[in-house]
Amino acid sequence: MPLLEIKGLTQRFGGLQAVSHFNVAIEEGSLIGLIGPNGAGKTTIFNLTSGFYKPTEGVIRFNGADTRSLKPHQITAMGMARTFQNIRLWPNMTVLDNIRVSQHYRLGYSIWDCLLATKRYLSGEKKINNLAEDLLEAMGLKDYAQEYPKNLPYGLQRRVEIARAMSIQPKLLLLDEPAAGLNSSDVDGLIKLIRWLQKEFKITIWMIEHQMKVVMSLCSSMKVIDFGRTIAEGTPEEIQSDPKVIKAYLGDENI
Amino acid sequence: MQKHSFKLLLFVFSLGLILAAHFQFIDQYVITVIMLMGINIILSSSLNVVNGYMGEFSCGHAGFMCVGAYVSSVLSVILFTKDRIFGAPLLAPDLSLFLFPGVILIGGLVAALAGLLVALPSFKTRGDYLAIITIAANYIIISGIENLDIIGGPRGFQGMKRVINAMEDRLDIPWMLLWVVLGTIFSVWVIRRFVASTYGKGIIAICQDEVAAEIMSVNTNKMKVAAFMLSSGLAGIAGGLFAHVYGYVNPQSFNILKSTECLVMVYLGGMASLSGSVLSAVIFTLLIEALRFVIPELNALAHHLRVIPESYEIGQVWKWVIIPLILILTMQFRPEGLMGARELGDFFPFLKRFYRNRTTE
Repeated sequence: MPLLEIKGLTQRFGGLQAVSHFNVAIEEGSLIGLIGPNGAGKTTIFNLTSGFYKPTEGVIRFNGADTRSLKPHQITAMGMARTFQNIRLWPNMTVLDNIRVSQHYRLGYSIWDCLLATKRYLSGEKKINNLAEDLLEAMGLKDYAQEYPKNLPYGLQRRVEIARAMSIQPKLLLLDEPAAGLNSSDVDGLIKLIRWLQKEFKITIWMIEHQMKVVMSLCSSMKVIDFGRTIAEGTPEEIQSDPKVIKAYLGDENI
Repeated sequence: MQKHSFKLLLFVFSLGLILAAHFQFIDQYVITVIMLMGINIILSSSLNVVNGYMGEFSCGHAGFMCVGAYVSSVLSVILFTKDRIFGAPLLAPDLSLFLFPGVILIGGLVAALAGLLVALPSFKTRGDYLAIITIAANYIIISGIENLDIIGGPRGFQGMKRVINAMEDRLDIPWMLLWVVLGTIFSVWVIRRFVASTYGKGIIAICQDEVAAEIMSVNTNKMKVAAFMLSSGLAGIAGGLFAHVYGYVNPQSFNILKSTECLVMVYLGGMASLSGSVLSAVIFTLLIEALRFVIPELNALAHHLRVIPESYEIGQVWKWVIIPLILILTMQFRPEGLMGARELGDFFPFLKRFYRNRTTE
């Protein structure tokens, strides 16, 4: 059984069909790419998968369960994390707090424990604190634990956002253009990081990415969509030479 | 020892205050101002939970204060004293010594439930639209009570003084001052616990990026309910204390003007700064009281210098020109308020040694 299975996914916004009949089955441990020109509906597919939009039609099954009636925070708690195209860290909260607050689904204490400072509260906070510190240590971000994300360079902010997504110990990680806005040395670092994450934590990754370098060196297979429709799928090499993909990106030869 | 010295200091200060009031080192007027200060501290710090930490704009805070004031007033009159409408007391008046905090807390709980009136719409609405809803909630509560004739309607409700007097007959200490001091410490302590915990920081995450909060497993709807209920519940406690300090409540004393006062205190002190809220509530109360003396002096001076016509007197209404002016000047020259989003300990790091922070240990 695939970890994530999407069948016949369709999303309409009024008269606009943003996604139509999208299918995908992502096996555990794989690294799949999703590409397409601007406005093709890639981020909409991610928003549907993570529960922000309710699909007009179609089925989304994550880890065997139908997620269509669930709220985004519930889907996250099931083990699906994501990052955003434009970084969405909490800018005025320290990096450590960014990680800690993301543990909301497994705090293990209620508001009453928190107000009365019960044992459960104290041990819960301690557990979360250790967890966050260990993760920052592993991701090489220990020195920035007390920094505010708004003061960090862009490349580091990306890293912190990926660390925050990893902090919920996901089975599936959705990366929305992780290389956007990075310079080439940062991109090399990102490729290394993603490889390492997959090996170290045995996670499944589904990513939207345009930079060929990233896609070619990471993804085992990929899908191309345009105007909400799947136009091609296969290995990166096959995609690169597919005339339909070239047409979608560069336009027709005979204009 | 040093870690607890803040608690010790607070205890000594409160005890000193109550003893000073008991042995009449300070007169009734000063005591009333101090009680008002405590109530204002509760109001501004509790409103800061929603407006500062969660970043919503609630301007109906006085509505919840009103609910708390009426519920606890009616309850204490029914339970502890003989009343024209409600008849003989249900319990022995002496019991009020022990049950009074419970009465105030019940007022707070009902006010917290009234907080749902704005918490539920906040799932789908935010910003300016939610602000309108909070004003509407304020009006709904006031109009509702004005039309309840059994508790006095627009004429107001009284009888709480008899309860307090009964307490003082039993044991002669300044009871109301004691309750206000306890209520203030309790409220600030609850808010501090809440916003310092990882659980409570969920509302700060909502303030900074709600979409990211939801995707990072924060149950945003639940957190909004928690924040609104906490905020309005504490406002209800402030209202209960307010009603018993004056011994009389009137729906119109909880109108939009009172809500605005709460807002002024929050913005003067700084959003998301608990010590800022406390500080600004103290300053604000002192300012209002000081103007009571300054305005007649100003009037006399102006007449003496003949800068205003003989027939015109500068009255107390000018208070409501001067205070908004202070707000305008604050927003112009220090838009983040007195403290910004920081606490006293961030400005004076040596203070941090004097209290224990459970979360960073």
